[in-house]
Amino acid sequence: MMQRMSLTLAVNGKPQEVPTGSLLPDLLKTLGLADAQVALEINGKLVPKRKWPVRELSSGDRIEVVTLVGGG
Amino acid sequence: MGLPLDKPLEIGPLRLTSRLLMGSGRYASHQEMVACLEASGAELITVAVRRVNLDQRAGTSLLDHIDRERFQILPNTAGCYKVADALRTARLARELLDTPLVKLEVIGDPHTLLPDPLGTVEATRILADEGFVVMAYCSDDPRLVVTLEQAGAAAVMPAGSPIGSGRGVANPGNIEIARSLVELPLIVDAGLGTASDVALAMELGADGVLLNSAVAGAEDPVLMARAMKSACRAGRDAYLAGRMPSRLHAQASSPATGLLGEALSF
Repeated sequence: MMQRMSLTLAVNGKPQEVPTGSLLPDLLKTLGLADAQVALEINGKLVPKRKWPVRELSSGDRIEVVTLVGGG
Repeated sequence: MGLPLDKPLEIGPLRLTSRLLMGSGRYASHQEMVACLEASGAELITVAVRRVNLDQRAGTSLLDHIDRERFQILPNTAGCYKVADALRTARLARELLDTPLVKLEVIGDPHTLLPDPLGTVEATRILADEGFVVMAYCSDDPRLVVTLEQAGAAAVMPAGSPIGSGRGVANPGNIEIARSLVELPLIVDAGLGTASDVALAMELGADGVLLNSAVAGAEDPVLMARAMKSACRAGRDAYLAGRMPSRLHAQASSPATGLLGEALSF
């Protein structure tokens, strides 16, 4: 059986395909957010920035990417 | 003779000269927001945490417009109806901003936007244990303010009236009682509509006020920001000066003796 070449994530509630073996920085690059000031959760749990380069992604991961906006 | 200088407002690691805190929402543009922040003299600015819009990534982000040398940032947990969501949002904000500060909001329902008092106390306890400097948005119940102090809040932020209502300080007595019951800084947050509302809150003994809609929703937001700065200063000075007692009947300020015709008294 052929190994699957991509996996499907849910990023901010929307499906997102990334190549198998992708790490978080790869995903951010795909999303055009490589240099953006963002914070991340995977499956409801904060992933600190220092751990992004070693965090592997799995099919079905629910990822939240947040930033700051105007508010009171 | 110089007037005595007011002491700074101390909240956790913050030392604020201005007692006016400002929100960053609902402005027509980033430029208008910056002009208002500058006119207000505020030093602490609230921001919200939201999902990145993946369909519309172009444009600048909020923090590109706020000078971090000049303004300190206070992230909020606005829009959180559950304790768990408020905790997640606070942790994400700490990661984003490298700040222990959080304006905690655990909202009860989307129609009133009134705070959920029990959820707010629970979240305050958890976040304070995690090292957050929790500024807790709450209702104006004086006993709740005491409970929040005991739960580890760094400041309490009772609403003057519902968020965005512009109705001012609905229950001045509660703000005064709350002020008398806790040592913590007390910031009147939400519901203030115009300069007299701000002055009243400060006269009641609030240590500060937080404004957003009152400025952003004014016809001339920058002019209103300036008015609010003056009102905050005026109300604070009046509180420190100690107002005269109010009385039912008149008391003349001109002498009651030496009047024309007094020589004719028999």
